[in-house]
Amino acid sequence: MGTKRHFRVWRGDENGGDLQDYQVEVNEGEVVLDVIHRLQATQAPDLACRWNCKAGKCGSCSMEINGRPRLGCMTRMSTFEENETVTVTPLRTFPIVRDLVTDVEFNYVKARETPAFAPPADLEPGEYRMQQVDVERSQEFRKCIECFLCQNVCHVVRDHEENKRAFSGPRYFIRAAELDMHPLDAKGDRKEYAQAQQGLGYCNITKCCTEVCPEHIKITDNAIIPMKERVVDRRYDPIVKLGRRIFRRDQLEEQGTRPGPLLAQEPSHHAEPGADGVKWNRQVAQGQAAAVDENGRLPLSEFTFDRAAAPSPFGDDVTFPLPPDDLNYHHSNKWDT
Amino acid sequence: MTTNRIERHHYDVVVIGAGGAGLRAAIEARLAGKRTAIISKSLFGKAHTVMAEGGAAAAMGNVNSNDNWMVHFRDTMRGGKFLNNFRMAELHAKEAPERIWELETYGALFDRTKDGKISQRNFGGHEYPRLAHVGDRTGLELIRTLQQKIVSLQQEDKRQYGDYDARIRVFAETTITELILDGDRVAGAFGYRREDGEFLLFEAPAIVLATGGVGRSYKVTSNSWEYTGDGHALALRAGANLINMEFLQFHPTGMVWPPSVKGILVTESVRGDGGVLKNSEGKRFMFNYVPDVFRKQYAETEEEADRWYTDPDHNRRPPELLPRDEVARAINAEVKAGRGSPAGGVYLDVSTRMPAETIIKRLPSMHHQFKELADVDITKEAMEVGPTCHYVMGGVEVDPDTGATIGQVRGLFAAGEVSGGMHGSNRLGGNSLSDLLVFGKRAGEYAAAYADSLPARPKVSQALVDTAVDAALAPLSRDGENPYTLQQDLQAVMGDLVGIIRRRGELQDALVRLAELKERVAKVSASGGRRYNPGWHLALDLRNMLVVSECTAKAALEREESRGGHTREDFPAMDPNWRRLNLVTSLEGDEVLLSRKPVPEMRPELITLFDRVELSKYLTDEELAGFDALAEEASN
Amino acid sequence: MTTTATRPAAGARPRAAILAKTLRTDRWWASPLGIAIILAIFVIYSTVRIFMGKHYWVGEGHYLTPLYSPCVSKSCVPGSSHFGTPLPKFPFFIPLGALVFPIVAGFRVTCYYYRKAGYRSLWLSPQACAVREPHAKYTGETRFPLIFMNSHRYFFYLASLVLLINIYDAVLAFHGRDGGFGLGVGTLIICANVALLAGYTLSCHACRHVVGGRLKHFSKHPLRYRFWTFVSKLNGRHGTFAMASLLSVMITDAYIMAVSAQWITDLRIFN
Repeated sequence: MGTKRHFRVWRGDENGGDLQDYQVEVNEGEVVLDVIHRLQATQAPDLACRWNCKAGKCGSCSMEINGRPRLGCMTRMSTFEENETVTVTPLRTFPIVRDLVTDVEFNYVKARETPAFAPPADLEPGEYRMQQVDVERSQEFRKCIECFLCQNVCHVVRDHEENKRAFSGPRYFIRAAELDMHPLDAKGDRKEYAQAQQGLGYCNITKCCTEVCPEHIKITDNAIIPMKERVVDRRYDPIVKLGRRIFRRDQLEEQGTRPGPLLAQEPSHHAEPGADGVKWNRQVAQGQAAAVDENGRLPLSEFTFDRAAAPSPFGDDVTFPLPPDDLNYHHSNKWDT
Repeated sequence: MTTNRIERHHYDVVVIGAGGAGLRAAIEARLAGKRTAIISKSLFGKAHTVMAEGGAAAAMGNVNSNDNWMVHFRDTMRGGKFLNNFRMAELHAKEAPERIWELETYGALFDRTKDGKISQRNFGGHEYPRLAHVGDRTGLELIRTLQQKIVSLQQEDKRQYGDYDARIRVFAETTITELILDGDRVAGAFGYRREDGEFLLFEAPAIVLATGGVGRSYKVTSNSWEYTGDGHALALRAGANLINMEFLQFHPTGMVWPPSVKGILVTESVRGDGGVLKNSEGKRFMFNYVPDVFRKQYAETEEEADRWYTDPDHNRRPPELLPRDEVARAINAEVKAGRGSPAGGVYLDVSTRMPAETIIKRLPSMHHQFKELADVDITKEAMEVGPTCHYVMGGVEVDPDTGATIGQVRGLFAAGEVSGGMHGSNRLGGNSLSDLLVFGKRAGEYAAAYADSLPARPKVSQALVDTAVDAALAPLSRDGENPYTLQQDLQAVMGDLVGIIRRRGELQDALVRLAELKERVAKVSASGGRRYNPGWHLALDLRNMLVVSECTAKAALEREESRGGHTREDFPAMDPNWRRLNLVTSLEGDEVLLSRKPVPEMRPELITLFDRVELSKYLTDEELAGFDALAEEASN
Repeated sequence: MTTTATRPAAGARPRAAILAKTLRTDRWWASPLGIAIILAIFVIYSTVRIFMGKHYWVGEGHYLTPLYSPCVSKSCVPGSSHFGTPLPKFPFFIPLGALVFPIVAGFRVTCYYYRKAGYRSLWLSPQACAVREPHAKYTGETRFPLIFMNSHRYFFYLASLVLLINIYDAVLAFHGRDGGFGLGVGTLIICANVALLAGYTLSCHACRHVVGGRLKHFSKHPLRYRFWTFVSKLNGRHGTFAMASLLSVMITDAYIMAVSAQWITDLRIFN
């Protein structure tokens, strides 16, 4: 009953990779993620791919199918021609981990930088009263399943890595809009924050985020543009601005609004092993903590410890020198020349 | 490029699982001042909790002021067929409203009533409208809210200590394969990070299990790949007990067509809002399947049932709103009688009962899901649905108040689906979201208190860590069977032989096959390296799935009656004597041991909340005599 | 063929090594190309027409083309100045529409829909979703000159005034040959154009914000909530209004030009 279809799947990691061809069986009513699973079960057991719910609710299986950012579980095979080649690649905006899996840490970093809901000080739990019409706008944005397709498709970071520092992306603009429109949120400067720290001004409203959103959230029309307009209220309204000049409010606010901090970690890695065989791209393991005694202290006395001398501060499972393969640094040897 | 180096971390409380229960526990532990780690098997915020659609049950009485915790308690016990741990059901009913209100202070936006309170909706098995909801994506709202609360705590820490991770840190895409013990105390957890395959060791005196369920052992399931019973298996191997493992909930209405989305749930609110079940002859068959215990509360004619939607005070409920196991069994019977749909299900129809706009308004994500996934427009045609493995009532046996596991180990806590007892033999819809909030909080709170109470931190022995490393690496170096084949075989055994309707012969057969599978799983191999290798991850999960499946099969064979999520064709009736017994499984070496344990008896003031007529259907004569004595005492 | 990973910027971890600008297989270039052509036609047409300086007024039906409205210079053809002629004669290089044209053009250029259309079709930033854009650097609307896109609000206020003038012009176009009420095909075209322009102006995002979008509590402002709901509905079709009104302006102007130049005669329906 199934037919053989031609798939091209990107396989590789940060050292490089390419599109590999597969002939795979496809049955009626299947989606692309089903086919990826069949590949795993039959031809490529170690093909890396994220997925969870397989129902378009968790937003894990984001990938690019024939060049378009999609959820694998929401792309029906019946949308392709019988003899059409289906090309599946990982998201192209984020660093690659392996095969179809990318490191989406960028989004979590931005999430942490976005100020959280500020509960009103005078209300106890259970005393919140909100009207449905007032929560509806924010509810639309809370439909977000965090598939990060909008973050991936946005050309501001997709085509310009250097903007990642200053630009939070559509997902966090709708978060800012959600909180700014929240009837009980007690924080008043979300618009200023969006403009100054999240890089709202980078958006040029080309609406790709709205186009790819699997939840059909009107990201641009209902969140980004209203936020831009709210910023206009505050920042570009000449009358308000003049008033601020006179009362010197602007200087107070500028203090709190400097460009966003750097990503938590942006190690400068090279893609390929250098001439000296050092793998620059290797991820460094966290610093090791040494074993402690039951009081939480390092055992310093030989009498109470199972070996002579102090334990290694790097833990027992590390022996020196480390094999060169494990290193991702190289002595500069600047004295050599 | 990976090595056998182990990344070590020290925490006060480690929470395994980043679903609702895990996040709630972590928030509580962090609020108690403990350094807390959250281990998430997939990305942060992708937990299976997002799949819960209907809502969170809490007797706030916003829609019907007659509702209170006692009614909720009664509904929960009735739904669980009186096998519930009464203390858990009591705590749950009492504390659920507070937990829901708390979410609003974290930023949750529930649907509202006219006077601005949280709106509540009807749901199968609940006497009053009780489920706080957001459209049909309540689980997503809950997980997002908790996730954002954790972020806000991290922001606090950042302000105070200059580091987001100072007191609460999320380890995404990290799987725990083994708990490390120091004698009978928990000392740490060992696992790997998916991204690079590196090993991690968390040294912590208190560990909270919140790993969810076991559905991946079944062929047709709504559960994601994560649901491999990790927490159940970790607890077993650490010396804790599992109870009630024979009770699995099959959601009555999962999609059966088209095949790729087999198992995806159609929320019960489709029925709560007016959807009806029909067989291939177009007949509304649920009227034929109302069991005697429920006869009084359910309508007998279609007319009465239809009136209920607009006037619930003067009409009885439509039988489509019977507890889920009754509905699942009815559908199964219809299909077996040859009145099913071509794909082996029945039809669930809302299209003929409401205008299209109403359907889209009330069931937006349902409509969206069907349209996108299956190209079916639920406003125009009926859905094809059938029973799907959905939830496991059984789980780690815990102390009701603290969430501490019962058995041979200290310092281990469990909350959410991985814990057992709260739901008895069957869970009411909407009770799981409130369950994980109530007991997540308690587990976090008491895990923090336990960590404080210890005079000294337990020690992690290197030998145990080495064993764990070897076990984790073994599949990579072996030359054995493909893990995917083994998983399919396991799913076939469980789905065919330990499924919704069970028989003695089949269960015995299942145990034999599981024993065979055990030998094959011991030789499973995974090709490729350690870096994000799903084959290797599955190979490691298989061991957990297998031991938990064995517990289920053994307990199912032992319990010779039908009750809630356990239906024996050879013992179709409920037996009051069995109601007094919980089946407890534990692990000794490799061997699953099964024992019987009496169900705790309800306190007098709780049991007298029930009608004698109702109790008479569940209790033994001896127990009823006790009840009568109590009633008499009260009237004197 | 194994390609090595491309490093998009110094200091960042490598992304998947895919060299293709895009792997899209559909005709993603068709829509931006089509819009680019329409915009180019409009720009060329309107430039030619504005500097033409004639054929903008049809005395018989009192038709005034929107490109020259309001005509307030002493250079205007008699009858076309509905608001008098407070301004002196313009030299040939200042078009008669100079007063209003910048407002209308500014309103369209800063419009959120045209920003999308223009950035995609003309500026190629990006030309289509998930297609690599050709620019090496990008700062969006954070600095001069694009930061002025934020002035849309003020163009909206001014454009609303222009819309009122256009409506007034349309009312005057119900002018019969005998001086009383009359109706010609030109009147209908002018009215249709004004309707589309009104739709375009009212459905604007700035309008949506001003009428109610800026509120935090809709429940406390039921009337403004209703306005907002109405504008939101229109706003869903903002792009359609934008393109349709662009075409209708061209058609209206072309019709009036043709009648005024007596290439065709206006078909009178009544008087």
